[in-house]
Amino acid sequence: MPKMTLSHFEASFLFALFASVVLGVVSKRTDKERLNYGLYVFGCFVAALFGIGWLMHFGHG
Amino acid sequence: MAEKEKAVKEPMPPLNVWLAPVAVGWLVPGGGHFLLKRRGRGLLLAASITCMFAMGLLMRGAMFKPESGDILTILINWGGFVGDISSGILYLLTTWLGYVQPDMAGAVHDYGTKFLVTAGLLNILAMVDAYEIAGGRKS
Repeated sequence: MPKMTLSHFEASFLFALFASVVLGVVSKRTDKERLNYGLYVFGCFVAALFGIGWLMHFGHG
Repeated sequence: MAEKEKAVKEPMPPLNVWLAPVAVGWLVPGGGHFLLKRRGRGLLLAASITCMFAMGLLMRGAMFKPESGDILTILINWGGFVGDISSGILYLLTTWLGYVQPDMAGAVHDYGTKFLVTAGLLNILAMVDAYEIAGGRKS
């Protein structure tokens, strides 16, 4: 089996994508609400990814 | 406060209504939704959970095994094991086919382990959703 090597960003991005789809699908009542919630959660994941990434960058000095 | 006191606890739906969708949902990610004729949502769940699990394998993530020891060891290993086994057939097939990956240092391995556990945890969410749909609490 080949080994997949991803960067931190790629792995976190894919994690955010799959988790957002599931969280969007299992929540809310209508398809429109589900889509909006999924996009919102994905946006939060990506914002946290960049935010924490920069925090670690400055934390390391 | 008064509203909280007045809130009536919803009765649990009968076992025969939700058991099959929840059991199928555990065994095959998204299967509970297919059984309940929610094909679009079932497909999205199946694709996302399976892709996450497959990527965990490709990154050579480790599977947790129940271990005894101090409280932190028990919590981490039992929690991880429950997460792994919640992926249903994906976990069963992987272990039956002999996938063994020791827990190794390295970011990619670590991401892989987290992907494997999270796939199972997301499947638990899908099972809860199937339970609510089967019980008539959601459409």
